[in-house]
Amino acid sequence: MEEILEILENNARVSLEDLEKLTGKSQKEISRAIKDYEKKGVIVKYKTVVNRQKIKGQRGVRALIEVKVAPQKDVGFDLVAERIYRFPEVKSCYLLSGTYDLLLVVEGDDINTVASFVSEKLAPLSQVRGTATHFMLKKYKEDGVILTKLEKSQRLAITY
Amino acid sequence: MISKRVKKVPPSGIREFFDLVLGMPEVISLGVGEPDFITPWRIREKAITALEEGLTSYTSNKGLFVLRRDIAGHYREKYSLVYDPEDEILITVGVSEALDLALRAILDPGDKVVVASPHYVAYPALVEISGGKVLPLVTTPEEGFKINISKLKNLLKLEPKAIIFNNPANPTGVHYSNEELKKIWQVLSGKKTLIISDEVYDELVYDQKHSPFSSFSQEAKKRTILLNGFSKGHAMTGFRVGFVCANKEIIEAMTKIHSFSIMCAPIIAQIAASEALLAHKDINYMQSAYRRRRDYINKELNRLGLDNKLPQGAFYCFPSIKKFKLGSLEFAKKLLFQEKVAVVPGVAFGKEFNSHVRISYANSLENLKEAIVRIEKFLAKLK
Repeated sequence: MEEILEILENNARVSLEDLEKLTGKSQKEISRAIKDYEKKGVIVKYKTVVNRQKIKGQRGVRALIEVKVAPQKDVGFDLVAERIYRFPEVKSCYLLSGTYDLLLVVEGDDINTVASFVSEKLAPLSQVRGTATHFMLKKYKEDGVILTKLEKSQRLAITY
Repeated sequence: MISKRVKKVPPSGIREFFDLVLGMPEVISLGVGEPDFITPWRIREKAITALEEGLTSYTSNKGLFVLRRDIAGHYREKYSLVYDPEDEILITVGVSEALDLALRAILDPGDKVVVASPHYVAYPALVEISGGKVLPLVTTPEEGFKINISKLKNLLKLEPKAIIFNNPANPTGVHYSNEELKKIWQVLSGKKTLIISDEVYDELVYDQKHSPFSSFSQEAKKRTILLNGFSKGHAMTGFRVGFVCANKEIIEAMTKIHSFSIMCAPIIAQIAASEALLAHKDINYMQSAYRRRRDYINKELNRLGLDNKLPQGAFYCFPSIKKFKLGSLEFAKKLLFQEKVAVVPGVAFGKEFNSHVRISYANSLENLKEAIVRIEKFLAKLK
């Protein structure tokens, strides 16, 4: 049934009819499997990948923020991470190995919004030891999808 | 001005149809004999690096040793089949060159070659250009387009020099199981006929395991000229890299011709090919995409009344259009003009197959879906 996931991961809008034709499983089996995945949290959400760079007049900036934090007794990083990722500005939050601990993806209307989020919300947290903010200049590829240019096969329309 | 031998080869009757397709914009083409995937980046990147490093010379006639060594390794690992990279493997410019070399190396004027049909277009043409005579072995839809043993036995009485065997097959998508191949080998065993086994689609096999024809016995290995390449499985058609695995004597003869006419396959393409052997993840990805599309298109074709047997390999369907009472060329032309969908008329693969068309599912699911909508409209008007 993992095949269903593979197909949906690439295109969440595939219909049940098509899934049936693609996998050879019955629609009933497929929708049961999908429900099961949803229940277990394997499938978290169906979303659309939007390339905002292509929208004219689009505002908004994105920053990657490295955060050094002090872990707490018994709960490690989880509590402080939660404290941070609950802010709606934080789009993604990862715990990493290496020179810093948390990596955040933060979005705001402009540089000032992100800057004030860092200086007023993030940095003052008592467990936060330091931050480094990197503003994103251009997106080339996201989640396996190349955003800058599409490659098209140049093959002839008919060959043996 | 032109030699009799070349003149004798009939021009393709559907060249004109191909030109029509090529000249028409916005066609959804199910007529393409190559992957819709672009060569995996890791392979392309290797080729770029090789150019940057200035690797632009000839290679040895037989091809880069590392590539031959890795091909040998691949066959040893995947099929437990041992070929010596020193003198049992030759790198060619695509499987097309390999086939041409094989025929030129073994045929004397008038030698007979069994060609099972429907067949890839080059088979009978190259036999004739090499001075051979084609013995057709026509398979039928009832036989599942697979070689009928008693027909084969009868043809072997004519003592053919060779048989050309395509597994998985273009245009039918037929793939022979291990048992079926063994039965064919039993008939050939003890005879003198050489087997030219074109296995260029061997990475595109869906429900069963592939067995190279040479894997049955030492004798089978000795008498088989195994042809393969990187075009289909690795989506590298334009790189033009094929190879031959065969016994030393045959490889030597083929290398002789190759060294005079081609010298060597292009070095950049050979380097890219050797990277391809390391990139198996890419193959798996493409293979599962093809399998899903196959399941999809097979169901849809049968739903539309284009009777089709589930193909086991390659990326083709060869459905029947018999009930629509049109010849394959006429059917294809009408479909092209009315709905802008291109398919290859069955007659291109043997005159007996005028009530079939070849449909390639090496295309995106979106295109396949749109093509099915258009074909459905077209067939409704035909009835």
